[in-house]
Amino acid sequence: MSTAVTTVTPVMPAKHYLNDNYGIRSWLLTKDHKRIAILYLVSITFFFFIGGLFAALIRMELLTPQGDLFQSDTYNKLFSMHGINMVFFFLVPSIPATLGNFVLPIMLGARDLAFPKINLLSWYIYIAGALFSLATMVSGGVDTGWTFYTPLSSGFLRTHVVLIAVGVIMAGFSSIFTGLNFIVTVHRMRAPGLTWGRLPLFVWSNYATSLIMVLATPVLAITLTLLALERGFHIGIFDPKLGGDPVLFQHMFWFYSHPAVYIMILPGMGVISELVTCFSRKRVFGYAFVAFSSIAIAVFGFLVWAHHMFVAGVSQYSAMVFSLLSFAVAIPSAVKVFNWTATMYKGSISLETPMLYALGFIGLFTVGGLTGIMLAALGLDVQVHDTYFVIAHFHYVMVGGMVTAYLGGLHFWWPKITGRMYPEAPAKLAALITFIGFNLTFFPQFILGYLGMPRRYHAYPPEFQVLNVLSSAGASVLAVGFLLPAIYFMWSLKYGAIAGDNPWRATGLEWQTTSPPPTHNFHEVPVVTTEPYAYGDEPEVTIVH
Amino acid sequence: MQFQLPLFPEQASKVAGQVDAFYLFLVLITTFFSLLIAVLILFFIVKYRQSPDRKAVQIHGSTLLEIVWTVIPLGISMVIFIWGAVLYYHIENPPNNSLEIYGVAKQWMWKFQHPGGQREINSLHVPIGRPVKVTLISQDVIHDFFVPAFRVKQDVLPNRYVYSWFTPTKPGTYHLFCSQYCGTNHSAMIGEVVVMQPEDYAEWLASGKAEGSLASQGEKLFQEFSCTTCHRPDSGARGPNLQGLYGRPVRLTDNRVVVADDNYIRESILSPNAKVVAGFQPIMPTFQGVVSEEGLIQITEYIKHMSQQESEPINNRSTPTEIRDNEVPTIQQELQQQGNTRPANPPEKKK
Repeated sequence: MSTAVTTVTPVMPAKHYLNDNYGIRSWLLTKDHKRIAILYLVSITFFFFIGGLFAALIRMELLTPQGDLFQSDTYNKLFSMHGINMVFFFLVPSIPATLGNFVLPIMLGARDLAFPKINLLSWYIYIAGALFSLATMVSGGVDTGWTFYTPLSSGFLRTHVVLIAVGVIMAGFSSIFTGLNFIVTVHRMRAPGLTWGRLPLFVWSNYATSLIMVLATPVLAITLTLLALERGFHIGIFDPKLGGDPVLFQHMFWFYSHPAVYIMILPGMGVISELVTCFSRKRVFGYAFVAFSSIAIAVFGFLVWAHHMFVAGVSQYSAMVFSLLSFAVAIPSAVKVFNWTATMYKGSISLETPMLYALGFIGLFTVGGLTGIMLAALGLDVQVHDTYFVIAHFHYVMVGGMVTAYLGGLHFWWPKITGRMYPEAPAKLAALITFIGFNLTFFPQFILGYLGMPRRYHAYPPEFQVLNVLSSAGASVLAVGFLLPAIYFMWSLKYGAIAGDNPWRATGLEWQTTSPPPTHNFHEVPVVTTEPYAYGDEPEVTIVH
Repeated sequence: MQFQLPLFPEQASKVAGQVDAFYLFLVLITTFFSLLIAVLILFFIVKYRQSPDRKAVQIHGSTLLEIVWTVIPLGISMVIFIWGAVLYYHIENPPNNSLEIYGVAKQWMWKFQHPGGQREINSLHVPIGRPVKVTLISQDVIHDFFVPAFRVKQDVLPNRYVYSWFTPTKPGTYHLFCSQYCGTNHSAMIGEVVVMQPEDYAEWLASGKAEGSLASQGEKLFQEFSCTTCHRPDSGARGPNLQGLYGRPVRLTDNRVVVADDNYIRESILSPNAKVVAGFQPIMPTFQGVVSEEGLIQITEYIKHMSQQESEPINNRSTPTEIRDNEVPTIQQELQQQGNTRPANPPEKKK
């Protein structure tokens, strides 16, 4: 028996969402989720490079043990603005607001999100928050650290704490709107036949993320509002001098910020499920387990916040409870890693760029997750808490995990978004450079942390220098890895090969429409008859660019 | 630049070896699972590389495997949890026979006081071979007492005493870091811990200029602030008798029972009306802003000292507690059930 192999030459559709109408108004007043995704993409890329610039300056300062490049206050502002911009203006919106915004409605067979105007409003609120952040930076920055711990932030620092707090609250509201929109869309706007058991895993993970966004983010707004009230009107909530409790702030802050860590990783996990299946040409191993592990992570994620506070003067018994629960939240993540690995078993694996990023993710996330286990272990956390070990751990999860997944997803859906392919060779090179640079930057920090180098140190004892130099060297490699995609993505907008509807021969409704899709996504409402990732049944097609 | 590449911090306390053993165990587990995943992935990439004459075999999953890789990690993590919790309990609870030293943190320095009244700034001298308990408080923001060579770390809070303890084992000079970001000169809020042989420590103590022991300095303050006007042992006193108070349960006007530990005494000096002892009027003025943190420590030390002398029986008619000795075990049980604060130094049983 021989399979008939058809050869197709991709063509650009005549009419699509990018050429439907033109002009600045058509972008700034658009209600199209795809265009809003691009507005977000441009905005968060800007903040990624701003945050990256601060990181570069930090690593330059840490080349030598003496604090000789910047003043202490300047250094404190650099790491604060690095953290605030990266967490609230890049990582939290990264995948949901860009890839999620673009792909999620199409994956559901919907014409748009449930509330297109709220979607646009969410971007405007994000931009308003971003302006507050820019205003803070222009007017001298802020030196609270991204954690805003009281009473330092409420009663001692003289920088623009309230200004940035308002910015962060706004960014938070924009993510509440995105989450709300996703939840309603997933519930109400699935195509005929698209049951919950047939949802792509990217949808499941964004759904879980949305639940956290809607339920946890208001607490951040409350916490920062109380902080601003204490700072502005001396209402005693956190400052003991005014009758408050400083540890209360940490409880409230982490009640948001620990779930927020899962806001920053769950969507990445969803991307990886799409990539591993597609480039292994296989059904996902254990669909139900992967899907429900996302929900389990979202639920357990709310119950572990005090593991950031084991040495902060909390009761020993509560520390033990939170440690135990932290181990519980690690299990669903482990289950995901095992399932992705098993998905590759007996697959037909090809190593295009998105798959390289996916494999990088699995490796780096595994290290990030396991070092998280080390931090959850009470007796060891005493030594490594607030040291570079913690910095290394969360960068393995946030950069090695989320940013890697984001880049993998961006390469995967780039042809869908723009209608053109990125150039494969430089892209593979960039993925490799990123992987090497990342490990060189952050692995030495694990050792530094166990040796006892505290985080947020402007100057450090000389015996830590070699490891710091290694880390800074890695950071410069990593910078190249991040700059390359920015360059070739831009290049591909004009010179990239025409992608065609489905360059990866992937399943999923988003690949059944044209690339780029029409404004209303589908000319006919699609009907779903199979499970997701029904690889193996698809026709053999050779695409000739 | 000198080429130094240490991989482990020095082991200078009794617990350091235990923490390192736990750390190595976890590094082993982390390495094993990371390698397992990496090797599997690489193996699959090579073995199942896309080729024209082979198609992927579709597998839906395996509930058995899912259970296996849920239960095994769960089991391992429970081992880690218990080991970690036991170690933490050990690190967090100072033994009763500790040498007590007091530390006050402020932006951006460490101030320590020894029981004999010797003071030092940004350095801490301790003898080897016996547990040292450092009682810590901050004058301003949250700091953190971190001595990597001892494997101990404790956030230092304003308005509340916290404790860190260790048994130094190796003479030498070690880093003391503030590891909670505390503003401009956070990274300059460092000091050294000097571990000495007991005889050298005794010599060092003797060479220090001290204006009398902490307790005697506290007594001076006690007189200076006229505390004795009300806090007297006789039955007509307007304030509770402080003799024998330290570490004992106290009944309050609202019938709650609290333990008179460092934090309670400090609060009662600064906010006297927060927890008034049953049978007394809230008439004491606040000493907020009048007594320094060092002064508060000295007064507490004096009150503790009064307890150790133990000249008056505890259930004297005018004692603050109105609690009889035979009630104490029940009250302690009650406190434990409430999950209430433990006494910093549980009262010794009296025969």
